[in-house]
Amino acid sequence: MGLLKRRTSREAEIPTASMADIAFLLLIFFLVTTTIDVDTGIYMELPPPLDENTPPPEIPDRNILTVLVNSQGDVLLEKEFVQINDIRPSVKRFVANRGADPTLSDSPGKAIVSFKTERQSKYEQYVKVLDEIKMGFNELRSEEARARGFRDYADYRARLPEGAEDEISAEYPYRISIAEPDATNPSAEGTGA
Amino acid sequence: MSVHFKKKARAKQEIPTASLPDIIFMLLIFFMVTTVLREVDLKVRVQLPDAEAIQKIEQKRLVSYVYIGPEKLAGNQLGENRVQIDDALIPVMTEIRQILFRRLQDEPRTIISLRVDEESETGILYDVQQELREAGTLRINYSTKRLSPS
Repeated sequence: MGLLKRRTSREAEIPTASMADIAFLLLIFFLVTTTIDVDTGIYMELPPPLDENTPPPEIPDRNILTVLVNSQGDVLLEKEFVQINDIRPSVKRFVANRGADPTLSDSPGKAIVSFKTERQSKYEQYVKVLDEIKMGFNELRSEEARARGFRDYADYRARLPEGAEDEISAEYPYRISIAEPDATNPSAEGTGA
Repeated sequence: MSVHFKKKARAKQEIPTASLPDIIFMLLIFFMVTTVLREVDLKVRVQLPDAEAIQKIEQKRLVSYVYIGPEKLAGNQLGENRVQIDDALIPVMTEIRQILFRRLQDEPRTIISLRVDEESETGILYDVQQELREAGTLRINYSTKRLSPS
């Protein structure tokens, strides 16, 4: 009887003092293995594959700004040789023309920048030119945001109420067309488009 | 004075550590959730170019990577430009279409991040982009580094 009583009075407990240490070890492991680098880059949307039966839409020449890059990295903008730094102001002038100059675009919504490189062009040059074109659009958006009393376009986006339409991006949509290079390279595979 | 001092010293001078494991567990769970353990074994060299007009991709779970660059050969040699998806080099271009089409079925909001070596030619990039269009994965991202302000 006495023996039984002694038994029940003993408390059955799991020692939890080392719990924190175990958790710490796991924590350190995950801290070391975690990489919190966010992928950054130039976001684009590709056009859907072309239907061979429908002809390409007719676009008046004034609404297209052609940018060509050859294999040496030289840039042709509307058939004129330019430096990379000249692309951004030209894109801005072209997009924000609003019908003023008959050789430039009707409206920002209709303006298309057509970008084409040769198959032998370096990817570095490709990104540089694409970056300049996109920065042209971004600067126009920021100018518009400043006119509306914001610091820049990112500020406008941050303060945009939930569910509200982004008027500036609707005003200056990214209309960049990445054209296929001419099939001068015999190794180019025909992929149906 | 001495009486006063003694009374103070008798007070309990301990930081309560009972909630410490809970705090640590919270941190632990955060890091477990954010960790991506699978690192891809790169079979091609990828040196990303710099750019200014860049955006961040917040939803890392949606991103599928396509690597393009010169193949790494034994003894620091570089070979032909190849395409790598996940852990494998793609032998035939048209396979990209099938792989990415299946991925799009699993996750319709997939973003393809193109990690292309800056030295590679754009011809292979156009071929890959044709495949992406056929697969229907139209949201792409040219992965670049942030241009350091000069």
